[in-house]
Amino acid sequence: MTLLTVQNLTVRRGECPVVDNASFAISPGECVGLIGPNGAGKTSLLRGALGLLPFEGTSTLAALPTRKRSAQAAWLPQNREIAWPMSVERIVALGRLPYLARGARLGPTDQNAVDAALTRMGLQTYRARLATALSGGEQARVLIARTLAQDTPLLMADEPIAGLDPAAQIATLQVFEALAQEGRAVLTSLHDLSLAGRYCTRLILMGAGRIIADGSPRDVLTPDLLAQVFRLQAEVLDTPHGPIIQPLGVLT
Amino acid sequence: MKLFGALVVLTGGMFLASLFVGYAAISAPEGLAALFGQGNPLYVTIMQDIRLPRALLAAMVGVSLGLSGAAMQGYLRNPLAEPGLIGVSGSAALGAVIALQTGLAAAFLLALPIAALAFAALAVGLILLLAGPRGSSLTLILAGIAVSAFAAALTSLTLNLSPNPYAASEIMFWLMGSVANRAMSHVWLALPIMALGWILLAGLGRGLDALTLGEDAAEALGISLSRLRLQLLLGTAAAVGAATAVAGAVGFVGLVVPHILRRFAHGRPSTLLWASALGGAAMVLAADLTTRLILPDRDLKLGVVMALIGAPLFLHLIYKTRREIA
Repeated sequence: MTLLTVQNLTVRRGECPVVDNASFAISPGECVGLIGPNGAGKTSLLRGALGLLPFEGTSTLAALPTRKRSAQAAWLPQNREIAWPMSVERIVALGRLPYLARGARLGPTDQNAVDAALTRMGLQTYRARLATALSGGEQARVLIARTLAQDTPLLMADEPIAGLDPAAQIATLQVFEALAQEGRAVLTSLHDLSLAGRYCTRLILMGAGRIIADGSPRDVLTPDLLAQVFRLQAEVLDTPHGPIIQPLGVLT
Repeated sequence: MKLFGALVVLTGGMFLASLFVGYAAISAPEGLAALFGQGNPLYVTIMQDIRLPRALLAAMVGVSLGLSGAAMQGYLRNPLAEPGLIGVSGSAALGAVIALQTGLAAAFLLALPIAALAFAALAVGLILLLAGPRGSSLTLILAGIAVSAFAAALTSLTLNLSPNPYAASEIMFWLMGSVANRAMSHVWLALPIMALGWILLAGLGRGLDALTLGEDAAEALGISLSRLRLQLLLGTAAAVGAATAVAGAVGFVGLVVPHILRRFAHGRPSTLLWASALGGAAMVLAADLTTRLILPDRDLKLGVVMALIGAPLFLHLIYKTRREIA
């Protein structure tokens, strides 16, 4: 059983394909990192797979009716927006919207999911604070908690750890790792290759709209592939914690 | 819930005050009896044909403006948005002005509001055509601004070409907005259209809550943005178009009321929707009462008083919240 199957997905911006014929599947228990240089098509791939962009090909998520899709996959967009001065708890509770009937209040299940999400992101003490008054990194954690409260089998996140301090980055990826171990799945784009190698069970490497490599971190994070896709001269150190990437220079 | 109780009491109080305060000194028991057709026939006429439609229209216009203001701000995620933005009120005003200018307004009682409604409907059609069935909030606003500007230009042209100063001053006064000298037939004309708008707008709560997180996140939460946009546009057009048709252009309510109540609604757009509906009614009723209490002989216009109350309130609010905004 897979949570998401994407076949021959192509997303075009005008005539030019920004995602070119991508195919992959995600099963429960996987924490999949989507890596690639800027403009490789990571965001377009994620949004296309969710059905938020027009695309060619098939995606099992995009084929679902919107309400069902929102119970199947939570989505954390790259730009972090909190429009109104609402408390952290109320923002996180927005993740329960797909399950609430029109005008209904939060039930015990919903409240439990909100509490669990706040605890997972270490935000219990922020509960009553105004989300708009928090720092950018704290807001990012609130928004991750919001997607956790949606309590879906699949979590898709676009650069969730960008702008977080090192401890918060690791804590977030540990939450993703724990979700995968519970039998859910995570698909997240990120730029920190060492963290991707350590916490993801599988990496998908994109370059110029195509999936270049898809496999275990050790198979994907090779000096050759890094040079070919990222134009990066890097040393890959194989450690018990997973591969550590030491970028040394830019290839021209 | 405390907010709900407070607003219901406030609005109810304003409504009663609007019924029982006026030029003719009628005591409360007499007025109440007259409202149900009992007692002095003169009082019956005053209560049933003058004060009741006036109070009802003020409340209805307030609900329409408050509700659509809150919905518009929620949709655009911008506290500066207001219902006039999509050009419906400007177009309704143009329809009314043309009716006044051509003398059509004098043909029968409801000629003016019907002309205004026709132009409001025309504006919605034009905006839908310009912005397309699917499209971003930006195209909607730009289309609205274009329609607004065109309606304002045509209104000015009508004034410009006005053959006599009396017609021009009549138009000017109408544009200032008022609920005075309206009949129950105005209520019956506007109510079904406004009610349709209220139902459409009240159904937006969930989508507007989700939009707090941005368009992408809202769509992933199961909200259909194109449907939400259409519902907002039609709801605002019906509510505001009908309000402008019967009361003229009353500004500031849709902008200020959601702004005042946002803190009490804990920032939640869905709570703010009904809170602004009640708050808008209270505010327009209060402004209309003011026109009767201050200078009752000079026929002070509702829109003027509204702006006079609204602007300082808005300034005060900006002063108090400037740190949050910055």
